Amino acid sequence: MTGNLRLGFHAPATSREISDLVAEAAHAKIPLEVRGRGSKYEVGRWVQSGSVVSTEHLVGISLYEPSELVLSAAAGTPLDDIRNILAEHGQHLAFEPIDLGPVLGTHPGQSSIGGVFATNLSGSRRIQVGAARDHLLGVACINGWGEPFKSGGRVMKNVTGYDLCKAVAGSWGTLAVMTEVTMKVLPVAAETRTLLCVGLPDQTAVDVMTLCLGTPFEVSGTVHLQAPLAAKLSDPDIARSGAAVTAIRVENFPSAARYRVGRLKDRLAAYSPAVELDNARSRAFWEEIRTLRAFAGSDRPLWRISTIPSRAAKLVAIVARTLDIRVAYDWSGGLIWLETPPTSDAGTVEIRRAIAEFGGHATLIRAERATRASVEVFQPLDPPLAALTAKLKAAFDPAGILNPGRMYPGV
Amino acid sequence: MSLLTLPKPDETILRRRDEIIRQLKKLVPEAVLITDAEGRRTFETDALTAYRCMPLAVMLPGSTEEVSAILRYCHDNKIKVVPRGAGTSLSGGALPLEDSIVLGISRMTRVLSIDEANRAARVEAGITNIAITNAAAVHGYFYAPDPSSQLACTLAGNIAMNSGGAHCLKYGVTVNNLLSVRMVLMNGEIINIGGDYLDAPGYDFLGLITGSEGQFGVVTEATVRLLKAPEGARPMLLGFDSSEAAGACVAAIIAAGIVPVAIEFMDKPAIQVCENFAGAGYPLDVEAMLIVEVEGSNDEIDALLGTIAEIAERFAPRVVRASKSAEESVSIWKGRKAAFGAIGQLSDYFCMDGVIPLSKLPEALTEVGEICRRHRFRVVNIFHAGDGNLHPLILYNANDRAELERAEMCGAEILKLCVKLGGCLTGEHGVGIEKRELMRVQFTAADIAQQMRVKGVFDPDWLLNPAKVFPLEGRERQ
Repeated sequence: MTGNLRLGFHAPATSREISDLVAEAAHAKIPLEVRGRGSKYEVGRWVQSGSVVSTEHLVGISLYEPSELVLSAAAGTPLDDIRNILAEHGQHLAFEPIDLGPVLGTHPGQSSIGGVFATNLSGSRRIQVGAARDHLLGVACINGWGEPFKSGGRVMKNVTGYDLCKAVAGSWGTLAVMTEVTMKVLPVAAETRTLLCVGLPDQTAVDVMTLCLGTPFEVSGTVHLQAPLAAKLSDPDIARSGAAVTAIRVENFPSAARYRVGRLKDRLAAYSPAVELDNARSRAFWEEIRTLRAFAGSDRPLWRISTIPSRAAKLVAIVARTLDIRVAYDWSGGLIWLETPPTSDAGTVEIRRAIAEFGGHATLIRAERATRASVEVFQPLDPPLAALTAKLKAAFDPAGILNPGRMYPGV
Repeated sequence: MSLLTLPKPDETILRRRDEIIRQLKKLVPEAVLITDAEGRRTFETDALTAYRCMPLAVMLPGSTEEVSAILRYCHDNKIKVVPRGAGTSLSGGALPLEDSIVLGISRMTRVLSIDEANRAARVEAGITNIAITNAAAVHGYFYAPDPSSQLACTLAGNIAMNSGGAHCLKYGVTVNNLLSVRMVLMNGEIINIGGDYLDAPGYDFLGLITGSEGQFGVVTEATVRLLKAPEGARPMLLGFDSSEAAGACVAAIIAAGIVPVAIEFMDKPAIQVCENFAGAGYPLDVEAMLIVEVEGSNDEIDALLGTIAEIAERFAPRVVRASKSAEESVSIWKGRKAAFGAIGQLSDYFCMDGVIPLSKLPEALTEVGEICRRHRFRVVNIFHAGDGNLHPLILYNANDRAELERAEMCGAEILKLCVKLGGCLTGEHGVGIEKRELMRVQFTAADIAQQMRVKGVFDPDWLLNPAKVFPLEGRERQ
């Protein structure tokens, strides 16, 4: 088996085989690239490894109890399988997992559920219901010794021992290979309605979005797309407007959704909320936000920046002084998707400088391999956190064989 | 001491007590230092009062820098430290060790800023939970996690235990509402994790330290998310002839796509005690009662409560009563919130905190009753039904050591039952000292070893709150 291990693609059908594979790699100190279904292969730093361990053959939903809001699935289960079965019961993954397929030049719907949690990529509803990691109730994993371990469980509340789910979520396969995940699911609201303001400058849009989140109407999505990005959406009213669009989403039972949108409209009167999308148009609009349609079909570098909402427009303005950028804001400005010109460093210098001034962190989501090899893809960490990061890695994977260097050099 | 033992104290440290106190006084002259027996007695236990232990000394620092100086000194001198918030832990999380310094954070209570635009509050971590909401309320905001002890418990303690509360079904627990912390590691190093933005970069240390029971570091400041208060909120009482019917009703409400802000369950003995205490108008002739609360505008609340009442009709309720006024709502909650205090006036009790999958509720309640009957204890059940977090209260006499031991055995059986039914040992109180030896019921040796290695990342010498969370036996093998 060692011969196979050196080079090749391994996609075992059982966690036991993954465990054996990792143990052998640890013994021989051979790095393994850890993958789900490979949909985010082109994100992150490049892993120097000839051997791949994939969970794509670990598939199947082992538990789904709609009345308990819980679902367990093998890590390689396609996200779409889970979305489909949930939809049959009027439920969903409320954190709205972002689908990077279209911006990476592939198709949507290619993610595995393990990959969703391993990258902790959450969508617009993150402001209301939390991130992917907040919905991960339990995990079964293989650590860097090849030992299986679990953390959490299948119940909603659980503080028994440390929450290693949090360590594993967002670790991009560098701490352990997830084999099974258990998640919280939530009911889909009966009605979605969306208010649109057209033609707002960035700062005004952020003010509008912030104002909406400061109401008691449980706004579950706030995005602002600059004009060239809004033009790429399929809703005819939006695409034809030729202007920036700011969208505010409310979800509830029908009469409550209508009431709340009405109240928001009154509050936003000064900003002339011109269009109200009904249920069907709303759902189509937010699905295009979730799949990042506005950034699809381009190969310009794309950054994902988490920052302080009230400073977001200023951060963007500073970067825009020197770079020709296109920007979409989510999370009322707390999340910025920023496309830069195709320079060799993808605008890293300007962006990292702006982050240092305004606070937050930036991840380079789309860039040429050569660029990703030469710049920091993930936000560089302060020395104390970098030291803890290295120690945490060693506590899970002392031989450093799981996705080495995927996030940070030496981790 | 009954079933649970504390590790043997380090005699050298005990002998050095006077010198240690002298040096700490010199090192942080501004911090409150409590060394006399009477003063220390306040800190010898927490809300798990069955266990007591006098520490070497108690220190109440006033700043992050003082916390850092104390921890660095203790680190360099291999002195154990037990961090403490308000001492409201029900699992013995703040129980001192004889050879430890208790480091209390209760003097660090300032609100540093309320950022309305970004909906966040920056506070010192010794602030009480309710004080955050009080500070935010003038702006129309609130801090969502609301543990029963919220008048007294500190945010630092909430972070250590990842505390929940009655309203976490909708709003989540502490970890879901935390943006950043300033934390001092055992070696005195001060680190900042997260910021005024969502999702910290790199590994999720913020998520990892939340619920680490004071074993990773001492949190001195934190930024928490604030939420806008809803337009209104109103509870409804539902009374049933059986716990089974009440449990089935909870499942049906959730399956219908409604996630109320709270669903609280009380069994007959609990209803009686709370009614006697608070006069909330609870029905005394039902076997089980639910308090279901929803939020929104008046019309929205009417509509939702109407739907919930329709669902409840399928389970033949004896009582369906929606609150009609603000006063009635307060009185309905008053009974529930007074529950633990009311029961405490009747008897000593152990409050269990196991969680079960909701579908196992009837089975769990029947078996809990059986276990308590077998051990000859009365049991009162009050809990957060929406998330299956049981709180059976085992009534016993704390002055009778034999009875204490039996009560502990009874509690352990209940928690093992929760794990057997697919749940866990603790939903919000933490493992502490109380459930330490039961960890092996829920976890394999490999699971526990992985957790212990993570402890080593933050505190390789195991000086910070060391006697908690993990079974004592077998530690040296890790």
